[in-house]
Amino acid sequence: MDRSPHPAGERQIAELEEERVSVATQWQLMWWRFRRHRLAMLGTAVVLAFYAAVLFADFLAYADPGASEAQRGLLPPQRIHWLLDGRWAPHVYGLAGKRDPTTFKRVYTPDPSQKVPVRFFAPGFEYRLLGVLPTTRHLIGVEGARPEDTLFLLGTDEQGRDLWSRLMYGTRTSLTIGLVGVAFSLVLGVMLGGVSGLYGGLADTIIQRVIEIVRSIPTIPLWMGLAAALPNDWTVMQVYFAITIIISLVGWTELARVVRGRFLALREEDFVTAAVLAGSSQMRIIVHHLVPSFLSHIIAATTLAIPAMIISETSLSFLGLGLRPPAISWGVLLQQAQNIQALAISPWLLVSAVPVIIVILALNFMGDGLRDAADPYGQ
Amino acid sequence: MLAYLGRRLLLAVLTVWAVSVLSFVVIQLPPGDYISSYIAQMSASGSFVSAQEAEALRQQYGLDKPVWVQYLRWMNLVVRGNFGMALEWGRPVSEVIGDRLWLTMAVSIAAIILTWVLALPIGIYSAVRQYSVGDYAATLVGFIGLAVPSFMLALVLMYAGFKLFNANVGGLFSDEMAQAAWGWAKTWDLIKHLPLPAVILGLAGTAQLIRIMRANLLDELRKPYVVTARARGLSEWRVILKYPVRVALNPFASTVGYLLPYVVSGSIIVSLVLGLPTVGPLLLRALVAQDMFLAGTIVLLLGVMTVVGTFISDLLLMWIDPRIRLESGK
Repeated sequence: MDRSPHPAGERQIAELEEERVSVATQWQLMWWRFRRHRLAMLGTAVVLAFYAAVLFADFLAYADPGASEAQRGLLPPQRIHWLLDGRWAPHVYGLAGKRDPTTFKRVYTPDPSQKVPVRFFAPGFEYRLLGVLPTTRHLIGVEGARPEDTLFLLGTDEQGRDLWSRLMYGTRTSLTIGLVGVAFSLVLGVMLGGVSGLYGGLADTIIQRVIEIVRSIPTIPLWMGLAAALPNDWTVMQVYFAITIIISLVGWTELARVVRGRFLALREEDFVTAAVLAGSSQMRIIVHHLVPSFLSHIIAATTLAIPAMIISETSLSFLGLGLRPPAISWGVLLQQAQNIQALAISPWLLVSAVPVIIVILALNFMGDGLRDAADPYGQ
Repeated sequence: MLAYLGRRLLLAVLTVWAVSVLSFVVIQLPPGDYISSYIAQMSASGSFVSAQEAEALRQQYGLDKPVWVQYLRWMNLVVRGNFGMALEWGRPVSEVIGDRLWLTMAVSIAAIILTWVLALPIGIYSAVRQYSVGDYAATLVGFIGLAVPSFMLALVLMYAGFKLFNANVGGLFSDEMAQAAWGWAKTWDLIKHLPLPAVILGLAGTAQLIRIMRANLLDELRKPYVVTARARGLSEWRVILKYPVRVALNPFASTVGYLLPYVVSGSIIVSLVLGLPTVGPLLLRALVAQDMFLAGTIVLLLGVMTVVGTFISDLLLMWIDPRIRLESGK
């Protein structure tokens, strides 16, 4: 006889639910747990949006990021006005150039009588969408542009280059450097951490001491020294990879620690012993039994390692020792904000700090959620 | 206890060695050597150095020897306090660095002390009043500290200082004190200028320590001995401060090991933004001018000071945590 307070139907649902959980795969369980972490979901959405911007940077930009015009240096952002006389007609105010009578510098002021119409999917400079489709369409642009019609959503830098477009390309560089750097670190970390955790003994001791030593050295001075030694005649691509490698020389330690910890924990598990007794080779045990069970932990640790990569690149480029113009990255963009006088007059130069902060927060939230979900069998 | 001490000391020595090798790599990396830069400088100022003279100089400085011999010669000089010449300045490296190294350390240590002073009460509060408004506020500040690189924080604060107060908030001394000789007045002036860079450098570490302190204390507060203490009628403050906080205090010393390198690292770049007279701006200038002896020496000295600081924190940890003393005493 059933004496439980639950009606029979509800009990059945609970049983079904339990069954669903007990037959769910490991990844399903992780996904269910990850979904419960709201901030992590939000962070993931933001990170995905940023990486979408990486893919579509040339579509989101509307001006050639390298095209400069000294005349238009340090122009303030132009605000988009969506309505004209109550009708949908997005436009920006034109800029009227005048000579300042005292300094003789050309100053531009917004002129409300001049309306420059703006439209979506407007034609602009030619590029290949996703690297294949040749097109000239951009998310936004000036319609039927005359030479004096301009669109500077975030203003211009000292050389009169459009900050919005540069920011889009900078996002592409900075975020891919994070990924490439983390990939290098991952290779180093998994190899050294794996050897350390799997074989133990002398190899473990040596690798652990090396990690401790690497972690106790102040990194920025060292990076500065190494980065400054890169030859001046290297191409943008060569510098990019060199900087990525320099950054990942330190980033691997945390990943190695996680991998080693998982190896140590799993080595004693029953299913590993069972596999050994069943005569599996060591390679088979690693690939088929160990890696799938700690892959999730590695993914979480990798996500949490990306922010440090991004900050490192931004810091080095900010100092002028990382990527060099004509490369565009968040750090390169922030270099112009170094001068406090320039910043006081044109605060919009600081705008590149905003995506850095947002993406670092989002990656941290995402990584936290992944870490919590990585072990779905715990409590 | 001695075994523990010995192990830490050995690791410190190994780290110093690794730092010295890396600094030497920094010196060696750029194309050309000391003599070719010297020659370039001499010809820029009009004098002429012949090929024979250059060769003689190379021999005198041992630059024709294998790299490891050069390293040993350099180490030999360094140990005796001779760091070579700073080319750009035409003066010995030690003279150029001068006070700057100590000021770097002063800024870094101030940042760590501030980290402790802030993280301890906030961490305790966050744990004892879990999920209160204050706890959430601390978490929020923590996330900001985590996400904003210190140099950006410095930029924003500089901008705010300039806009709101029309004042330059950077620097470590007031204008009239910058050239003055050391004395009480100058030291006091330094102390007055330290809080801002200390906050900027310490925020990330503070955020982390608050989280660690909160988590550790929450674990401790749930233990039976706390219930016992409370049941025996101890006042709430005594219950919390007497035992759980002391146990949870461990990370304060144990995190210095990685906090110090992190803060010293950050101080380099923050100094550039705030215009602090530390080794940061000097290092950047030396690197841009390829003045490698100066740059290498700065990297070396920063590394050594960090190692010494970490070692001191190990001693501190041993002092506050008897478990470490007992464990390794076996």
